Amino acid sequence: MSRFEPVIVGFLCNWCSYTGADLAGTARRHYVPNLRIIRVMCSGRVEPTFVLKALQDGADGVLVAGCHPGDCHYQEGNYKTMRRMTLLKRMLEQLGIESARVRLEWVSASEANRFVDIVNEMTEQIRALGPLKLGHFEDAEVSAEEAPVPAQQAAAK
Amino acid sequence: MADETVTLTIDGHEIEVEPDIYVLEAAERLGIWIPTLCNYRGLTPFGACRVCTVEVTKGSRVRLVTSCNYPVSDGLVVHTNTERVRTARRILVELLCARHGKVGIIKQLAENVGVTKPRFGEGNEPCILCGLCVRACAEMAKAYAIGFSQRGTEKIVTTPFDEESEVCINCGACAKVCPTGAIYIEGADEIRHDELMLGPNAAISVPTMQAVPNVPALDAEQCLHFRRDGCGICAPNCPADAIDYSMQDEEVEVEAGTVVIATGFQTFDPTIAEQYGYGRFPNVMTSIEFERLSNAAGPTGGKIVMRNGEPPESVAILHCVGSRDEHYHRYCSRVCCMYSLKFAHLVREKLGARVYELYIDMRSFGKGYEEFYDRLLKEGALFIRGKGAEVTDFAILDEEKGKLMVKCEDTLAGVQRRLPVDMVILSVALEARSDARDVERMFNLCASEDGFFLEQHPKLAPVETTSDGVFLAGCCQGPKDIPDTVAQGSAAAAQALSLILRGETTLSGAHAEINEELCSGCRVCNELCPYNAITYDEEKKVSKVNESLCKACGTCVAACPSGAIKGKHFTKEQILAEIEGVLQ
Repeated sequence: MSRFEPVIVGFLCNWCSYTGADLAGTARRHYVPNLRIIRVMCSGRVEPTFVLKALQDGADGVLVAGCHPGDCHYQEGNYKTMRRMTLLKRMLEQLGIESARVRLEWVSASEANRFVDIVNEMTEQIRALGPLKLGHFEDAEVSAEEAPVPAQQAAAK
Repeated sequence: MADETVTLTIDGHEIEVEPDIYVLEAAERLGIWIPTLCNYRGLTPFGACRVCTVEVTKGSRVRLVTSCNYPVSDGLVVHTNTERVRTARRILVELLCARHGKVGIIKQLAENVGVTKPRFGEGNEPCILCGLCVRACAEMAKAYAIGFSQRGTEKIVTTPFDEESEVCINCGACAKVCPTGAIYIEGADEIRHDELMLGPNAAISVPTMQAVPNVPALDAEQCLHFRRDGCGICAPNCPADAIDYSMQDEEVEVEAGTVVIATGFQTFDPTIAEQYGYGRFPNVMTSIEFERLSNAAGPTGGKIVMRNGEPPESVAILHCVGSRDEHYHRYCSRVCCMYSLKFAHLVREKLGARVYELYIDMRSFGKGYEEFYDRLLKEGALFIRGKGAEVTDFAILDEEKGKLMVKCEDTLAGVQRRLPVDMVILSVALEARSDARDVERMFNLCASEDGFFLEQHPKLAPVETTSDGVFLAGCCQGPKDIPDTVAQGSAAAAQALSLILRGETTLSGAHAEINEELCSGCRVCNELCPYNAITYDEEKKVSKVNESLCKACGTCVAACPSGAIKGKHFTKEQILAEIEGVLQ
């Protein structure tokens, strides 16, 4: 049986993370081809709907990446994202979706290596989680560490 | 009272002066020369040497007084060159000669007043007991370390009980003011590497010869006036009356439409690279210190000397200290190869000493640079391909004793070498300033991993930054030499000017737009906008976007609960379609 290749959608902010990804490319750094990038001007533009839509349409994970706190090109857009993603993750847990599938990371324009490491690591993590099965979360194989409690709680209720 | 003045006559010339000065100063203002030894502007007059004697007439009384401490008064008539004054001066100088006649300044004074053969003989005692040093110590340094001791012919200037002073601050003011050079500060002529700074080592100095503006500045940390509330000698001696001790650092707010960032670099501190012995061995210096040493306006007047004042017989120049090194900076600092060649040239030209250049690779890439390298090869500088590994004072052979031993691997010859040299110059790396991060935050810039500011695009936008209207020039963007810096600076200035001259800027089409029909007037977006581009229209009960302020980050678009805000070029429909697209 062939290895499971997760599909990850990445929302990268134009000024830091997208430039960092671009640098990884110009520096010819190799990383797994599982990430599909969508450019936004600021991580603050990422609506929780986008993440849900991506998961609904078949993504196994979503990466949101922005500038480091304090470095936002728009001064504080990344702080807004930080709040939104925390809430979104809580909601996803309640829906039985492992919070590790949605990841918020800070990558600056010079951190090509960090970007590569994050993408590689996240892909491995989601590969371990297995494909996202919406609507069948009771059957989904949930690893011991990753969000079993909310899933069980949700099932119990 | 400042506006009250007195009028007196000196040698027939009338002069109007403030009432709180002395006759000597009034005469100086008229350009009349009165000899003096113990007077120093800024210190209390003392009347010790007495050679400033003049004849004053007040009312019907005529007498001889010392002009340095005789106060001016209205109607005073002064004669500085009558027969009576000349005779008195000659006797005074003859008496001075009896003890100090062989001292240069007294000899000269004797010649000036016409004493050819002193009647009471000539002594060779350098101290004339003028008390200038005692006054300088008390009034300038506020140290009170020296004073007069004994009486009459036994009188001397010394410290209490003639013991080493505990209160002396070693400022050197006493030696500086001494008219006969009787006071000698031990080690004052020695070059101290810890003090070989970029500027002269005085508390008031022009920072560098090329300083802009080219005016002296006071260093409050060194200045005796600030340190001990004393001195203040420079203020009365400044003819332009330009010295103001009350000046403070101030923050100035400037409103500007464009900014050119040219904050420069700092040099790598080699003390952390212990193997080079910087800070342990006195004759190991950084390139910037050698630059200062070889500078004609530097502390040695351009003489290349070791700490003991002797010229070195051999010099090793170690390239790439802190650059091209996994432990410190991985990048090449670009300028070191060429200035190291210049140093070798200076040492060869000035001293003809043996020069070793220890390099990894010679990077002489600029216009005329390779030719200069070629010239150095012919001038006899010795090039060793191999990075300097260690500097020690460990001698194996007798002739190595007292020398610095530089260890390196000669990769062309394939041997290990130990070079005995007198002086080691470390060509230190250029690195991003330690406070670059603050500037980065202030202007919302990006920096690369090495800390240098990132340009918007290395080829297409080399002076622009990610912040509109902010441009980069020089080493804050990366190590570069002077021609490259000037070129980049000109480009940055031209970019800034093109914005200023146009007087208007072009906005990108991307901005937020509010659909008034959908807007519920909840004002969630108003708080979110970092640019205050969204305002609330009280009449229509809807929010509005100021398009010229909006930077199109989309934070408001993502937050609008009614979906009333559209982020042009990044609309919800477009992004959702993109998601569908990437997941097909």
